[in-house]
Amino acid sequence: MLIDEFMAYITPPINKLNNDSTSAHNSSVDSTGSISLRRRSRPGENLIRGFLFSCGAVSILTTVGIVYELGKEALAFFLTPEVNLWEFFTGTKWQPQIQEFGILPLVNATLATTFYAMLIAIPLGLSAAIYLSEYATPKAHNILKPILEVLAGIPTVVYGYFALTFMTPLLRQIFGNDIVSIYNTASAGLVMGILILPLITSMSEDALSAVPHSLREAAFAIGATRVEVAVKIVLPAAISGIAAAIIVGLSRAIGETMIVAIAAGSGPNFTFNPFKSAETMTGYIVRISGGDVSYASIDYNSIFAIGLLLFFMTLTLNIISQRIVRHFREEYE
Amino acid sequence: MSSHLPQSPLDNHVTSNLPGRHRASRIWRYIFLGSTVIGIIFLSALLLNISNGVIGYVAIENKIQPGKLVPAGVTLEELDQDALRSILQANISSGLYRRLDRDIPFTDRSVDEILKLINQYVIEPTVVESWDLYTSLFHKDTVLTEVAQNHPNAELRFISWLNGQFLVQPQNNRPEFSGIRTALLGSLWTIVITILVAFPLGIGAAIYLEEYSTDNWINRLIRTNIYNLAGVPSIIYGMLGLAIFVRAMAPLTSGAIFSLTDSPTANGRTILSASLTLALLVLPLIIINGQEAIRAVPGSLRQASYGLGATKLQTVWHHVLPNAIPGILTGTILAISRAIGETAPLVVVGASTFIDFDPTSPFSKFTTLPIQIYQWVSRPQAEFRNIAAAAIIVLMILLLTLNTLAIAARNRYIRR
Repeated sequence: MLIDEFMAYITPPINKLNNDSTSAHNSSVDSTGSISLRRRSRPGENLIRGFLFSCGAVSILTTVGIVYELGKEALAFFLTPEVNLWEFFTGTKWQPQIQEFGILPLVNATLATTFYAMLIAIPLGLSAAIYLSEYATPKAHNILKPILEVLAGIPTVVYGYFALTFMTPLLRQIFGNDIVSIYNTASAGLVMGILILPLITSMSEDALSAVPHSLREAAFAIGATRVEVAVKIVLPAAISGIAAAIIVGLSRAIGETMIVAIAAGSGPNFTFNPFKSAETMTGYIVRISGGDVSYASIDYNSIFAIGLLLFFMTLTLNIISQRIVRHFREEYE
Repeated sequence: MSSHLPQSPLDNHVTSNLPGRHRASRIWRYIFLGSTVIGIIFLSALLLNISNGVIGYVAIENKIQPGKLVPAGVTLEELDQDALRSILQANISSGLYRRLDRDIPFTDRSVDEILKLINQYVIEPTVVESWDLYTSLFHKDTVLTEVAQNHPNAELRFISWLNGQFLVQPQNNRPEFSGIRTALLGSLWTIVITILVAFPLGIGAAIYLEEYSTDNWINRLIRTNIYNLAGVPSIIYGMLGLAIFVRAMAPLTSGAIFSLTDSPTANGRTILSASLTLALLVLPLIIINGQEAIRAVPGSLRQASYGLGATKLQTVWHHVLPNAIPGILTGTILAISRAIGETAPLVVVGASTFIDFDPTSPFSKFTTLPIQIYQWVSRPQAEFRNIAAAAIIVLMILLLTLNTLAIAARNRYIRR
């Protein structure tokens, strides 16, 4: 086993080697007795190769399918005479019954829940990551990390139940029943923060652990305390990974559906009050499509327009996070 | 010690606030530890909150007291089949009686089954109020006074909403008679078909990307694309499924082209559509995990195989895959547990309609465990919250089992 690891270490990646080596090991002795080095064609192998390629191509088809289908229905939505592109992005009322299609209430609720989620997830998630990477003994690390990861594996519908039956009553007890409605964005957002916390912790911890030990030792040697090493040396060195973690968390929060569908309330409502109910983009999509909507209605088209916007929001965030990781990574050694 | 040395201004600066810096260091240590602990407190609160809803006191009111149905001195359980049948016939409408007889003739039903019917249609025990575990345990007197005040005829019982009946009954309009049979079967059907579709596709793509692909634009595109797809919100997949599998491919997914439909009103909102949607959703996860597992297979194995004259396919099939399979399985199990808990795309694909019959084929209409939980949580009555909590426990046990399997597979992998 050790030898295997050693070999893996010293040999170059195989898929670079074998492109030019295929002809060599396919060689055979021909009828005249001399060795033919011509590459023998193997239809079976090529067939399999084609099949494997098409497996990979399914992912491209999925993306094309998403963009095409969302785009097609969204186009149908924007071409309806009642819909005006300008009003879509600036209107503060979303009431399809009376032909009011302003997406701001939905976007506002989405951003509000995301903001409350980040209020919980960023400070707690980062602190936990620093603790796990800089302070925890290996034993403590092996106990704490899996527990936090359990949080990430719980289905979101369970978090929705938690928000409605625990967080909302808690908020109502603290702030009073008159101020906090049964369905509210604060409760949904805070619970969403709990969902995203392990994601940020885990990604940030990976970034912190990747910082070379020599940096920490140098800092300790000139008399820095533990927190100074963690916050002034390691954290800045890992900042690109942490930024990527936060952006992935943001994108996850924007696309999160079940918690807001259960706890944030139904009915678009343009409000900045965290204790009032408001419907997010994802909540609206689930409510409309869960009601067996007819394909010809404007409701059906409208969820695709919202879905397209959602897709581009999360895609942009994901691409930014990948760029950050790739271009701003601090290289050591 | 420093007093023996000449003091530089810098030295003075460093030592003067040293206690302060150490104090700050200690405080921050506790802050960081506290944040980690808060995460664990959240998890415990979540688990406690669910258990809190599953067990507790309920006040049950009967429409008719069982004692009034039978002559004094006898209980229902002592009667024979004919007597029970006449009680049933006397107390329910003739239409309902005929319908029950048509479903399964009364002569074929056992005494227990008829007792169950009497219980459901005649006695009709209704949960008029339920209390959570915390109140039931620590404020029992409050429960007792509330029952005496609000429901003088009710019987107080300490029950677990999660019980044998709950697992085998289909869903019902009344929480007391509701179960997760339909949802559990729906989840199993969906997951099995999802695996059948996603596993070969995912592993195929992983093999292609790791073993076959050269560094050209299309392979780079596939790679970037897979990472981006992994970040697409699940509800978008639901909409893709709605547009393509449910709507555009309706003849296929409803089973119409195979003449296998359940009813003339069949549409594409079937198990097959749901499974295909979930397969697309978990595909990036399976591919990424599969790639990592294949990458971890040492190159020396491949070269030894090539050295003996094996073709590429033989090398991959006989040497790379067997060595990568524990890693691949771990990734697949994790992807499956993601698919089991997924709710939003299935609500979009399946529409949350009321289904109380068992799924019989991929072309059946369906409900799944998470959808069922979502529907029950959305109901305003407290009793539906109780059965939602019970269903959540079943779902979590299912996930826990799968994750244990994944960890076991990973440990075996590490040992090798």
